[in-house]
Amino acid sequence: MSKVISVLNQARFHGIADVTELGVQGMISLRGDLSSARLKTAARTATGATVPEPHRVTISDQGGLCWMAPDELLVLVPYAEVSTRLTKLQDALAKDHALAVDVSDARAVFQLGGPHAREVLAKLSPVDLSARAFTPGMLRRTRLAQVAAAFWMTQDEAFRIVCFRSVAQYVFDLLSIAAQDGSEVDAL
Amino acid sequence: MLILECPYCGVLADETELTPGGEAHLKRFGPGSSDEAFHGYLFERENPRGVHFERWRHSYGCGKWFHAARATDTLEVFGTYSAQVFDPPEEIRKKITAKRPGWTWKDLS
Ligand SMILES: [Zn+2]
Repeated sequence: MSKVISVLNQARFHGIADVTELGVQGMISLRGDLSSARLKTAARTATGATVPEPHRVTISDQGGLCWMAPDELLVLVPYAEVSTRLTKLQDALAKDHALAVDVSDARAVFQLGGPHAREVLAKLSPVDLSARAFTPGMLRRTRLAQVAAAFWMTQDEAFRIVCFRSVAQYVFDLLSIAAQDGSEVDAL
Repeated sequence: MLILECPYCGVLADETELTPGGEAHLKRFGPGSSDEAFHGYLFERENPRGVHFERWRHSYGCGKWFHAARATDTLEVFGTYSAQVFDPPEEIRKKITAKRPGWTWKDLS
């Protein structure tokens, strides 16, 4: 069987921040009533994480849940387990007005780290990324320059960024240009 | 820069995160209506200097449509509210009246 690689094959850029395309990540888009007990249980069973508060993520050692909209979660699971966990999720929600779809191969995931990560992202999105306003565990679904993206902050104050696979190269280039050496703004 | 609070996800979204959806509270006239009513539905729009009601979509964010009441001459925002209503809620109208006594918009005041 051929080896699965991600869209940019884990490309890296090192400047005032470190940009890495993270390789394949299992992702399921789940839409439904986030307050329903059945959906909450199904999402927790699939990931080991509890349904997050609005604009937040919850991460466990088996996966995670990202709050994307009042009726939408992005379910993070290991890539190799997407189909089994998706089937379970769909079975658990068969009687509900809910939808779960595998979007793993339609997305790209980046890691943005280093002391200037906040300001690199702040150059690209209309979000307050000051330490006072944006803290670990928070998520924003917004835009990076001209394309849609979502990002959240991990416990070590780095960012995970998710965008459509079709614009992965564009987002990698954006992040790399915003992180080029000598481009510190020091405004945050 | 126009900043509107999305009533669905609570984000204070700047204009670049939103998509404008034109005039609010249009009544659709489709098949079976008079030519005049259909023409009005398609083409006749308000173009006020002052209080205005619009539809917006939080397109880069949660994706929901919503309504906004604002002033076209000052960019002041009176409030945003649910997309699932035919008219601006009382609370929004009161806020407008407090700031712009005597305002009118179509048959609202
Ligand atoms: Zn929203």
